[in-house]
Amino acid sequence: MNGYLNYVAKRFGQFVFVVVTGVTLSFLIAHFSPVDPVEQTVSLLTNFGATDPRTVEVLRQSLRELYGTDGSLLSQYFLFWGRVLTGDFGPSLSAFPTPVMTIIGRALPWTIGLLTLATLISWVIGNFLGAIAGYFRNSRAIKLVGLFVMALQPIPTYITGLTLLIVFGFLWPILPISGGAQLNLTPAASWAYISSVIQYGTLPALTLVLVGMGGWFVSMRSLVSNIVTDDYVVYAELAGVPSRTVFSQYVARNAMLPQVTGLALSLGNVFGGAVIVEFIFNYPGIGKLMIAGIYAGDYSLVLGVTTFSVIAVATAVFLIDILYPLIDPRVKLG
Amino acid sequence: MLKVLRDLLRYNREFLFGTLLIGIIIALVIASFFSPYDELTTYAVIPDMPPGGEYWLGTNSRGQDMFWQLAASMRNTLMFGLVVAIISRVIAIVVGLVSGYVGGKTDQIIMAFNDTLGALPNIPILLLLVFVMRDQMTWGVLALTAAMLGWTHDSRLIRSVALSLRTREFTRHAAFSGMRTGQVLFREHLPYVMPIVFFTTMNNLIWAIGLEVTLSILGFSDINRPTIGGMIYWANAHSAMVAGIWWWIAVPMLAVVILFLGLFLLAMSVNEYIDPRSRLARMGA
Repeated sequence: MNGYLNYVAKRFGQFVFVVVTGVTLSFLIAHFSPVDPVEQTVSLLTNFGATDPRTVEVLRQSLRELYGTDGSLLSQYFLFWGRVLTGDFGPSLSAFPTPVMTIIGRALPWTIGLLTLATLISWVIGNFLGAIAGYFRNSRAIKLVGLFVMALQPIPTYITGLTLLIVFGFLWPILPISGGAQLNLTPAASWAYISSVIQYGTLPALTLVLVGMGGWFVSMRSLVSNIVTDDYVVYAELAGVPSRTVFSQYVARNAMLPQVTGLALSLGNVFGGAVIVEFIFNYPGIGKLMIAGIYAGDYSLVLGVTTFSVIAVATAVFLIDILYPLIDPRVKLG
Repeated sequence: MLKVLRDLLRYNREFLFGTLLIGIIIALVIASFFSPYDELTTYAVIPDMPPGGEYWLGTNSRGQDMFWQLAASMRNTLMFGLVVAIISRVIAIVVGLVSGYVGGKTDQIIMAFNDTLGALPNIPILLLLVFVMRDQMTWGVLALTAAMLGWTHDSRLIRSVALSLRTREFTRHAAFSGMRTGQVLFREHLPYVMPIVFFTTMNNLIWAIGLEVTLSILGFSDINRPTIGGMIYWANAHSAMVAGIWWWIAVPMLAVVILFLGLFLLAMSVNEYIDPRSRLARMGA
């Protein structure tokens, strides 16, 4: 048990390091940019007609406080950390005066739901197909499936999503292509609402699954085809263990473990894909929020979402990492 | 080298198809230098003409010939990918070789930094950068940023090879015969990691081009410079799907699929060629 605590402490150190780097990077990008958010907002607000110069000065002052651009770089940096730790990114400009955190909180369940489900499905399908393809290397049908799965993987998320949208939205319109749920339904635990959420989520999730599963397929196939030639597998086969048992208990189980670590490593990329998918299907999650914020010029929203998503991804990676030793008895805890 | 290429073309079907697909792309890029129109002009031809004899791939609502637009876009997009791939390869090689050769505390610190950078989600950070840079965001800045984000995975691979080279006899010989660290790395170790570098270049190219396509579809790059993603951005901005100008969307999408499939097939077959285990598996051993 002591070993496990040690392991968790080490991982936690890494987690903190990632978060600190991410937050610092967001801060630096935001502050060394040639665009001053205060002046940008002032010009946005004073665009329509002349405004009293004194009003503008007061406005400028309060905006500086709001964005925390007063004082030296170092004090600004610490101020920013204070904001991050208390989860206070100020009010959103495009949805004034709703706090950014409230908006993020509203979008978060959608992204978490979509991402968790799509990642799990693609991980399971990709690994399952990959394991079969690695074990039964000479089957033509499996080779064909493999070619299809692998060919989908390098195509950018946007292209796959747009193709699905055109096929299932225009050519054969059977699925909703925009939004998170039917608008006239109130969020409740009713069957009507839940089935609507599932319907609206199908295409975004399908896009993520199609794009994601190829990577799992390829690595699982190579892992399995290496294990198949191991002595203990050959011995089991010669000893007459049914090939179904050899496949599921001897081969697939061992090959799956590195794939769990791979899951943690890939989360950052998966999140990036989700941003694009949410944009295509107008899905009310974090990614759409961020892109909408960019289009609207909403400084606090964009900075808030970026910082938040860096921390969220790091947290998810950390969670997978500390759960890993529980499923792999071989991992050295020391 | 030529013999290897000939063998690959003859016996490796993935390599053959990959070469064919990339051949189409390269032909397009070469054609772009003979374009009768300036790639930036709009309303040079009759707008909204469907694909046909006069305009092979049709024309769009901005009055541009889709074929020549596609050619210029392909050149610019590939250019972006190559710049990113080259810069990030250089970083990955230097970091990987140094970290693996020096070892010890230095190695630990570099790899901690490496893993941290790799764990950060790229898209949100790039989007933040695009947001604050706005009009100052040229493709060069974007390429540089993408290169800064895209080397971490490959430097780890290179390091793992360098780590094993460090304890080899010839490294000790080189060090004792007075070669400086830089020379050992460059002359002795670099050739060993070149196959990995070549393979990862393909993957990095796929990643970088995907990034560029994505960002420019969202309108987050210089939208006047023709790129594959930019074509889709303009088609969306003119609601081409709704207006029934399907070729405006279909042409760039098809081009992206050809490009990515080609690169992927090449990467796969080259990887297979480099990895002797999979070559044996192919022979049925």
